[in-house]
Amino acid sequence: MLAARDLAISFGGLKAVSGASLTVPAGKITALIGPNGAGKSTLFGLVSGFLKPDRGSVALEGREIVGMKPHAVCRLGMTRTFQIVQPFAQQTVRENIAVGAHLHIGGRKAALAAAEAVAQRVGLTAQLDKPAADLTVAGRKRLELARALATQPRLILLDEVLAGLNPQEVGEMIPVLRGIRDSGVTVFMIEHVMQAVMNLAEYVWVLAQGELIAQGLPGEVTSDEKVIEAYLGHGTAARLKAEAAHG
Amino acid sequence: MRSLASIAVLVLAVGLLPLFVSSGVTLGFVTMVLYATLLGQAWNILGGFGGQFSFGHAVFFGTGAYAMAVLQMRFGLNAWAALPCAIALGGVAGTLLGALSFRYGLRGSYFALVTLAFAEVFRILANTFDFTGAGVGLQLPLQEGAAQLQFATETGYLYLALALATVSLLFAWWLKHSRYGAWLAAVRDNEDSAAALGVNAFRVKLVAITVSGALMAAGGAFYVQKFHYIDPHLAYGAPISVEALLSAIIGGMGTVFGPLLGAVVLHGLGELTRNSLSSTPGASLVIYGALLVLIIMFMPRGIAGLFEGKR
Ligand SMILES: Nc1ncnc2c1ncn2[C@@H]1O[C@H](COP(=O)(O)OP(=O)(O)OP(=O)(O)O)[C@@H](O)[C@H]1O
Ligand SMILES: [Mg+2]
Repeated sequence: MLAARDLAISFGGLKAVSGASLTVPAGKITALIGPNGAGKSTLFGLVSGFLKPDRGSVALEGREIVGMKPHAVCRLGMTRTFQIVQPFAQQTVRENIAVGAHLHIGGRKAALAAAEAVAQRVGLTAQLDKPAADLTVAGRKRLELARALATQPRLILLDEVLAGLNPQEVGEMIPVLRGIRDSGVTVFMIEHVMQAVMNLAEYVWVLAQGELIAQGLPGEVTSDEKVIEAYLGHGTAARLKAEAAHG
Repeated sequence: MRSLASIAVLVLAVGLLPLFVSSGVTLGFVTMVLYATLLGQAWNILGGFGGQFSFGHAVFFGTGAYAMAVLQMRFGLNAWAALPCAIALGGVAGTLLGALSFRYGLRGSYFALVTLAFAEVFRILANTFDFTGAGVGLQLPLQEGAAQLQFATETGYLYLALALATVSLLFAWWLKHSRYGAWLAAVRDNEDSAAALGVNAFRVKLVAITVSGALMAAGGAFYVQKFHYIDPHLAYGAPISVEALLSAIIGGMGTVFGPLLGAVVLHGLGELTRNSLSSTPGASLVIYGALLVLIIMFMPRGIAGLFEGKR
């Protein structure tokens, strides 16, 4: 579905992403994990056209898309959500979602009706006529997801849509995300909530300090030494092993 | 649909007004309110609906005004033929200014300053060339008659202003009910989000500034026909830019009827202060300024915001 090759970008002297190559298989949920500041959101920016890579290429369904503007990428069937939610605050939830629906629907009435259907999918029906500014954190995350879904993407990039939700809200979102996958949309998600990663992801990429250090099934990567070290610090894996041997 | 009905009522009421009112002063007042509505709506389409604040809408007004005068006086065009040309030139000016500033990602105060700078450059150019009458300006020869788009009574100008203001109101109504309008509001509220949802923000803004420029130029053309005179300061000076944004902001940015309400208040106030404060020059400006501050502090959504209920 999506293939990135040797992507790199630096901000000033900081190499935020350096030589990342990865693939996202069609029809599955793939997760991108890694410690804070690893460069995950930057990588999303690179593949979706918001950031211009210093080098490297991105192919969407075999088509080269590096250098394309975000709106053009969206028209090809790939859209993203933002880690820091960016609602159209002055507009109602319905109007917010309709902007996404308008990508393929010209008529205003039809787009507003489509927005209602999408709201139902993500559980926002009760909030449809509220201004987006009045939503709770959980509501805004749902709205971010709903707007993206309304563009009828084939691939959706979700940047921490579960962050800031309480465990109950996370529990409610998991079937929603699975439902999106089941409807035929490929999902590529950045996630810190491990409960969700273990539950949802069929494949996992691990990014640390701008480099992809591991990949595999959720169970595999979470027991990978390099991954444990990246999260918990150098030497941790050895210490854990030693402790396990003693205990 | 309710606002569409309101526009129809307005057109009907103003259209029938000359049958019941013969006072030139009253008809002149209504004409100027409609003319101010046109200018305010022109600004509102880009600033209110599109979130791109211009301090230099005079650049479009002046282009329309000079085009109207020059095409008639230097090229011998009939006024009815000159009018669409003047409007189109205002649109072209909008496209060019927009292409320049939006291509380089100018937003907020940078965009405002660029528009201001353009108006100033055009003022200096108009002041320099004999073609535009230089500092003396251009005096349109008096040729009264509907065929010349010059009228002996207020009624003719009232209908001309009504037609132009109605077009601007209908466009604003369409923005509230169309895909393009939804895209424009999305770009205003968050350009990154809009882009992620497939909206070509550059193109959307370019269309808005083109229409805005065309409507503002229509105002300039009207001015020339009504007052038969234009000079660099009247055409490209700051007062006309301020008048356009004032009526939109006071009336309610991003609303269909905001510019109309703002125009009524501003011109109503103008009449009052002219009568009572005529001995103190500049007093009306102080009052406008104070009004603007009060509105921004206590009614950020303008007068129209009061009618739309809480949000
Ligand atoms: N526009 C930018 N300019 C300068 N530095 C940036 C910019 N964007 C990101 N960075 C830096 O690049 C690094 C990677 O940031 P990024 O947001 O991609 O990390 P992340 O993996 O998404 O982290 P988190 O889990 O906290 O969201 C960080 O050190 C960040 O400070
Ligand atoms: Mg991030």
